[in-house]
Amino acid sequence: MGGRRILTLNVNGDDYEVVCAPNTTLLEALREKAFLTGTKRGCDLGACGACTVIVDGQAILACLSLAADMEERTIRTIEGISEGGDLSPLQQAFVDHGALQCGFCSPGFIMSATELLAENPHPERAEIQRRLAGNLCRCTGYVKIVEAVEAVAQGTDGGSR
Amino acid sequence: MKVLNVVGQRVPMHDAAAKITGQAQYTDDLVLPGILFGRLVRSTKAHALIKSIDVSKAKALPGVKGVITAQDIPDRVYGIVPKAKDEHVLARDKVRYIGDEVAAVVAIDQETADEAARLITVEYEELPAVFDPLDAIKEGAPLVHDNTPGNVSAQIHKEFGDLEGGFAASDFVFEDSFYTQAQNHAPLEPHAALAGWDALNGDMTLWSATQIPYFLKRNLSTTLLIPEQNIRVIKPKVGGGFGQKIDMFAKDFCACWFAKELGRPVKFVYDREEVFQSTRQRHPMYLTVKTGVSKEGKIIAQKITAHADGGAYNSTAPLMITLSCFFVMIPYKIENLVYEGYHVYTNKPVGGAMRGHGIPQPRFAIERQIDLIAKRIGVDASEMRLLNAIEAGEPHPAGFIINTCGFADSVREASRAIGWKEKRGKLPFGRGVGIACASFPSGVANMSHLASGCVVQLSSEGRVSVLSGAADIGQGAETVIAQIVAERVGVPMEDVHITAADTGLCPLDAGTFGSGVTVRAGNAALNAANDVRAQLFPVAAEALGCEVDEIEAANRLFWVRSDPDRSVGMRDLLRQYQYIDRPLPIVGRGAWVPPATSATTLLTNNGNLSPSYSFMTQAAEVEVDLETGRVNVIKVLTAHDCGQPINPMLVEGQLEGSILGGIGYALYEDSTCIDGQQHNPSFLDYGFPTMMELPEMEGIHIDTDDPIGPFGAKEAGEGTQLAPAPAIVNAIADAIGVEFDRLPVTPAMILAALKKQREESAAGDPAAAGDPAAAGDAAACHENAPREEG
Repeated sequence: MGGRRILTLNVNGDDYEVVCAPNTTLLEALREKAFLTGTKRGCDLGACGACTVIVDGQAILACLSLAADMEERTIRTIEGISEGGDLSPLQQAFVDHGALQCGFCSPGFIMSATELLAENPHPERAEIQRRLAGNLCRCTGYVKIVEAVEAVAQGTDGGSR
Repeated sequence: MKVLNVVGQRVPMHDAAAKITGQAQYTDDLVLPGILFGRLVRSTKAHALIKSIDVSKAKALPGVKGVITAQDIPDRVYGIVPKAKDEHVLARDKVRYIGDEVAAVVAIDQETADEAARLITVEYEELPAVFDPLDAIKEGAPLVHDNTPGNVSAQIHKEFGDLEGGFAASDFVFEDSFYTQAQNHAPLEPHAALAGWDALNGDMTLWSATQIPYFLKRNLSTTLLIPEQNIRVIKPKVGGGFGQKIDMFAKDFCACWFAKELGRPVKFVYDREEVFQSTRQRHPMYLTVKTGVSKEGKIIAQKITAHADGGAYNSTAPLMITLSCFFVMIPYKIENLVYEGYHVYTNKPVGGAMRGHGIPQPRFAIERQIDLIAKRIGVDASEMRLLNAIEAGEPHPAGFIINTCGFADSVREASRAIGWKEKRGKLPFGRGVGIACASFPSGVANMSHLASGCVVQLSSEGRVSVLSGAADIGQGAETVIAQIVAERVGVPMEDVHITAADTGLCPLDAGTFGSGVTVRAGNAALNAANDVRAQLFPVAAEALGCEVDEIEAANRLFWVRSDPDRSVGMRDLLRQYQYIDRPLPIVGRGAWVPPATSATTLLTNNGNLSPSYSFMTQAAEVEVDLETGRVNVIKVLTAHDCGQPINPMLVEGQLEGSILGGIGYALYEDSTCIDGQQHNPSFLDYGFPTMMELPEMEGIHIDTDDPIGPFGAKEAGEGTQLAPAPAIVNAIADAIGVEFDRLPVTPAMILAALKKQREESAAGDPAAAGDPAAAGDAAACHENAPREEG
């Protein structure tokens, strides 16, 4: 593949220099070049939300984003949510409420919900459902995911931070 | 009264934090030095002879390290059911569906492998194809497998009592036909395999997204001709399975083959389209149910005929059709019963085990027909179910041994909670309630390879290490096993560390299927933990000056039941254990196999199918949008006898997930296949339920205490996906008076039915005026008019 060049991607505060082709997606760059495998590939078509990451504060799908567009931007992945080993309050709520089973969709849900709560710390149930509808889960039936996000939104739950 | 400290508690999964932080490793997250990447070349024809395959351009592409076709690998078939093996790793001579594997390539990176796969050209000679099981059984139909005349690759015929006598003794006899569609499991993690070959020792290691590591190991051996003792299968985290990973695929075999040939690690990961097209799906099924009832609604006789669309290969065919058969004998008491089932090959994607495995299809048919019959003869549909309810301890025509049964209570509780008496037939047009019932095995007994083993090691520091063969695919099997061990050894959860589903380290296990893991692997863990107790507790009794059976243990503390102040902690106890020169670590071993009443395969003989049976009644309330035809499922509640839950939070999670799966089956999901070509092999086009489709849910625990399951547990998680679809379609009938006989019930079907209803109403037909009580048999989409006798 021609046109490869070295990109500098800022992920979770670290600069990664990665060799990418023009068509290399952010998902490929993260997983296969930076070895940050917490971001999952569920469909590679932008339909499942498992690859959700936060770029400049906005949740986006890494499988539909080109790595070449990501220079000079601030990329946050699931590995950047629990830096230092402490679970975020949202992550702790997911654990305590049983809001995950196989865990494959969980990083994507955490990223989408983290963005939602940063934008609106107290969303109503309907807004949680609307904003997380782009993240698919086949295991949980979503009930406990909604409950976990609600618990954080209502301040009835939370971890160490 | 049992006092439990860890079992029965809402304990988070032991690996929840690893999963929620992205640290958990799934197969595609693993890389090894020197790794190569693979891609399969798949058939573009539904049925064709392979005339030639040109791999020259692919081989010449820089970076390509290997290309194989069927001619390069042993001529061996594989399959999950030993007697039904019919699949080659790569198609030999002919392809049988669009998506069948014909060649495989590996290269230094994925892009190169993909490019090489595109450069392979296959010359086909097309054959007539068959796409419907009812066509496939006709004389002269194309044969999908030349050795299977009539395309029927598995069948079962079971007869109990006197069917014709039963029909003759019935007040009414009704015959209705139903169809259920193809549903894809759609686990979020695509199928993946990574193989590594140790040339010095001749050892193969395969990391695979599998539910059945030990079956896979055996099939790798028989297919690739590597001794089984030289193969180690490791299951990393698995991102959901739902039965789709109860099988093995070309990716597993090709990864191992290339790894051995090239001496380098090889990874194959399927894309989402491959998961939809070329793994497994729930069997579409045609069903005809003929039922004789008394005027009160007692079922006197029933005959069920089922034709399952198996697609191009067997997968679990004999087991699927057997389960389908045996589970029409429960949860209702039917003295005179005939089931005839056929697994039929077609040139389509392959059917396999999926949550409920062969049972949701007849459950839909039977539960729909009960509602139809209740309406026709003027009895209450809930009362009719109660009238026919099976009970514990009764002799069963097929030899089931039902030790505990909360079924009748589940009917009563679900009906009460949904407001049956107040709502059924009484809600405004467009809104309705419905119920449906089911039962499910806690794993299958009486078949081979169903033992589980477990080793529990207590170290001198008090660390409890568990080795189990059980395959956790996200349902929480490892957590449940750890809870059982923690409870019996007397330690908190954090002291228990589990290593599971590594065939090189862990004792044999059958795998994750038939909802049997908690009972089977849980009992093995219980036995192993009891073995640790048997070694440890006498020392505690000696230290405390009491009898062994007076010792209680929890949270690393051991005390005398009648005098809790006399106690000793784990650390001191282990020190004393060492002082009396007993060897540490303490190693406990346990194994368990379901108690079989007779050594038999159920295809030919009867017997107790399972160590225990779960029971459930599910009730739905729906609102039909009369303008758009959309069905809004407002509420689904489940009255559930799953014995004593080891972890109520995980049981709830299973219940909630299975209900969403059931809603998808009822209303949305259909792997559409036209002339052999799948039309919606993506999440976007397939459309399983999102968070927007989330109804209100409620679970009602029906309390039973099973004597066989660990701590009284029975299965949970599969049985609860059986009844949501018929409950929802029964509720739609209550809402708009239309009796649908096929799945899924789409907005287009609803709008067409409502239009027909309006036209008939305008023409003066009272049966279509929207009055549920009058709608009855004349309803739209009800193809088979009932035949009344008697």
